[in-house]
Amino acid sequence: MTGQIGNRLSKRLPDAWRQALPQIIALAAVLLADWLVFPDFFHLRLQDGRLFGSIVDVFNRGAPVAILSIGMTLVIATRGIDLSVGAVMAIAGAVAATLINDGYGMPMAVAAALAVGLGCGLWNGLLVAVLDIQPIVATLILMVAGRGIAQLITEGQIVTFNDPHLIALSSGEVLGIPMPIVITLVMLAITIILFRTTALGLFIEAIGINRLSSTYAGVNTRIVLGIAYMWCGLTAALAGVIAAANIKGADANNAGLWLELDAILAVVIGGTSLFGGRFRLLLSFIGAIIIQAMNTGILLTGFKPEFNLIVKAVVIIGILIMQSTAPALLYGKIRRWRDSKSGSAPA
Amino acid sequence: MTTPTAAPLLALRGLTKSFPGVRALEQVDFTLQAGEVHALLGENGAGKSTLIKVLTGIHPRDAGTISLDGEEIIARDVADAQRLGIGTVYQEVNLLPNLSVAENLYLGRQPKRFGFVDARAMRRQAEALLRPYGLDIDCDALLGDYSVAVQQLIAIARAIDLSARVLILDEPTASLDRQEVEMLFTTLCRLKAQGAGIIFVTHFLDQVYEIADRITVLRNGRLVGERVTRDLPRLDLVQMMLGKELAVAEATRNRRGGNSDAARISFRGYGRKRLVQPFDLDIRPGEVIGIAGLLGSGRTETAKLLFGIEHADCGQVSIGARNLKLGGPRDAIAQGFGFCPEDRKTEGIVGELSVRENIILALQARRGWLKPISRRDQREIADRFVKQLDIRTSDIEKPIQFLSGGNQQKALLARWLAMDPQVLILDEPTRGIDVGAHAEIIRLIESLCHNGMSLVVISSELDEIASYSDRVIVLVDRQHVGMLQGDEISTAAIIRHIAADNKATDNKTADDTRGAAQ
Repeated sequence: MTGQIGNRLSKRLPDAWRQALPQIIALAAVLLADWLVFPDFFHLRLQDGRLFGSIVDVFNRGAPVAILSIGMTLVIATRGIDLSVGAVMAIAGAVAATLINDGYGMPMAVAAALAVGLGCGLWNGLLVAVLDIQPIVATLILMVAGRGIAQLITEGQIVTFNDPHLIALSSGEVLGIPMPIVITLVMLAITIILFRTTALGLFIEAIGINRLSSTYAGVNTRIVLGIAYMWCGLTAALAGVIAAANIKGADANNAGLWLELDAILAVVIGGTSLFGGRFRLLLSFIGAIIIQAMNTGILLTGFKPEFNLIVKAVVIIGILIMQSTAPALLYGKIRRWRDSKSGSAPA
Repeated sequence: MTTPTAAPLLALRGLTKSFPGVRALEQVDFTLQAGEVHALLGENGAGKSTLIKVLTGIHPRDAGTISLDGEEIIARDVADAQRLGIGTVYQEVNLLPNLSVAENLYLGRQPKRFGFVDARAMRRQAEALLRPYGLDIDCDALLGDYSVAVQQLIAIARAIDLSARVLILDEPTASLDRQEVEMLFTTLCRLKAQGAGIIFVTHFLDQVYEIADRITVLRNGRLVGERVTRDLPRLDLVQMMLGKELAVAEATRNRRGGNSDAARISFRGYGRKRLVQPFDLDIRPGEVIGIAGLLGSGRTETAKLLFGIEHADCGQVSIGARNLKLGGPRDAIAQGFGFCPEDRKTEGIVGELSVRENIILALQARRGWLKPISRRDQREIADRFVKQLDIRTSDIEKPIQFLSGGNQQKALLARWLAMDPQVLILDEPTRGIDVGAHAEIIRLIESLCHNGMSLVVISSELDEIASYSDRVIVLVDRQHVGMLQGDEISTAAIIRHIAADNKATDNKTADDTRGAAQ
């Protein structure tokens, strides 16, 4: 009865940890696999006051998806989805790059990019909350149109820049920790504070579970939905600026391409249901890191990147099975079947 | 009609089922004969639902045997139970509203022609199947286009068609009006004559006495007893269910009819086309206004207008000399309104949230998101109401969806009481709730208006309305046709008003006289 021992073990843990168990086990398993194929995986070294090593790379490269997953978690918790985050990344990158080349400073360029991100979120929020369009359709509009908008801003070119302050958002560091990691953690902390120490988190969960009941209880569902989509737009813009800083340019066609899917995946791995409701921001972050740890691991093995997709699929299936209630049901059925056989034998 | 010596159609022996921390069923026996309607009664948490769920394979049992026709069976799931000959129809229709009526009836067993679904044959069969139920409807239309009552009859038709041996009806009449109930009962009698056994779970005792041959009562997961209906006086039955003496006397409280207090809030010529004809209504402090009428007469619509869910297209609302606009629930809440909707599951509770979160939700919404109620205060508020209203839950952190209907309703009441509202609108507050919680909620209604709160109560139980209302508004065909006050209020008077220009209620009147004679 290993199940019972597992049960007893998990009962001793606080609730929060128990719920996080599948994600933590998955992360540990992926990191272990990485370590097996690349023994130096956890090796850290300090060079010119900056941390280097594969594990740092995982967090560093995972930053854009991790940031996206923060906003995506909120939107998915409202029983919505935001397909436009990749396109918003491209728009934000284009805005920042264009402004920096027009001679504005880094703070101005970044602020403008974030403002544009908020605006994109507001647009999505209006379509979903006020016009009651299904989120998947509403955000598809900006997913398609967004790339066009980004191309209009860059005038079809890849706009390169060499402003050191903007580039530092990707290659700089704070106390030896790469800047993208710092920005991700700060964004995560701000979001947790904003949504968990206020009542916004509760309202988002309530709306995701039952929008009608929430409306009747007096929750201002439109405003709350608007805030969720705007925050998602903001995180997308932030990820877009970092991605642009990383390649020192804004590529309207490829920036953030397909990242919305990774972000959604990170949220799902983090245990937030696509049917809305309870959400855990920290677990979405872990989900994003799991995805990146897999990517990095496959690169390290020297396999073709194509394998990446297949391995990813397998790991995801594994994690989803761990979260699903189906195995428990299946186990119950098998047990009952066995019982029924032994029960009917004497008769 | 049933000989006790015959082998029972269905026999449950020593059925036991525990959930973590709760003994839901303990050594329960239940016997269903062929050709009888057997009522399964009990309070909230008595174990009725658990019994049915174990019987249909939703929950595995811990101990005990189930035998059908003397042969032991184990249903692995609902479909398996259905194959064995045990069909179930739940209170909430579990069909697919986005498929046609015919598709719903034949889902998974559509008539095929050359390997394709034969839509014509399916429609023909569906129409033939529904005819005995008195349902002459378009079987190609979407199920969701029909009223809940019709949907329920269709669900029953499907279950009966699939397996006419044992039919379990879990609160089937909760959303049916009198005429539809008659229709259902006619069908049940027909099935009975064909030798089917019917398990009937309900909280309408009138209906039990009308249709059930025998009664089994459960309490706290144990069998209290099995009786033949006609040998069991109603008072004894209620006593069996509650396990305590209960005065069934119609305790009429002191009415405040002809109350001349200034109105707290006034509606003038308030209405909306195709929803409710314009009406006048003054709500005074500390009074109970009952709203009576048949299903579809505009009762719920009136409530939704008052609460701002539906927008009026004429008339005005005023408090004192001040006119205001109810643009949505938030506006109504700001004026001190609270609303417990009829459909608790889809309009009331937020299922996965805890009891605590459900109770503080409206209060938090009024304070706004920037001023969160601290965890400690939330617990304090929730604990207070759990105690005050006797909400039975193992833990305030338990998701509300796992509570029984009566306790969910009490938690919703707590949500509004926490707001200290001035006007509380209750739409069918006692629907789907068993006798015990029922009485508690009525007592609560009476004590609330003592404290100056005004209540607007909608109920299809006229006795109830008559007993606690200061004034009764009678609705017919989406129109406020009458207002009874003080001593004018009685069940008979309400029925007279409803029947005054409505022939469809003849049935109802006749039935009530029959009920009164018993």
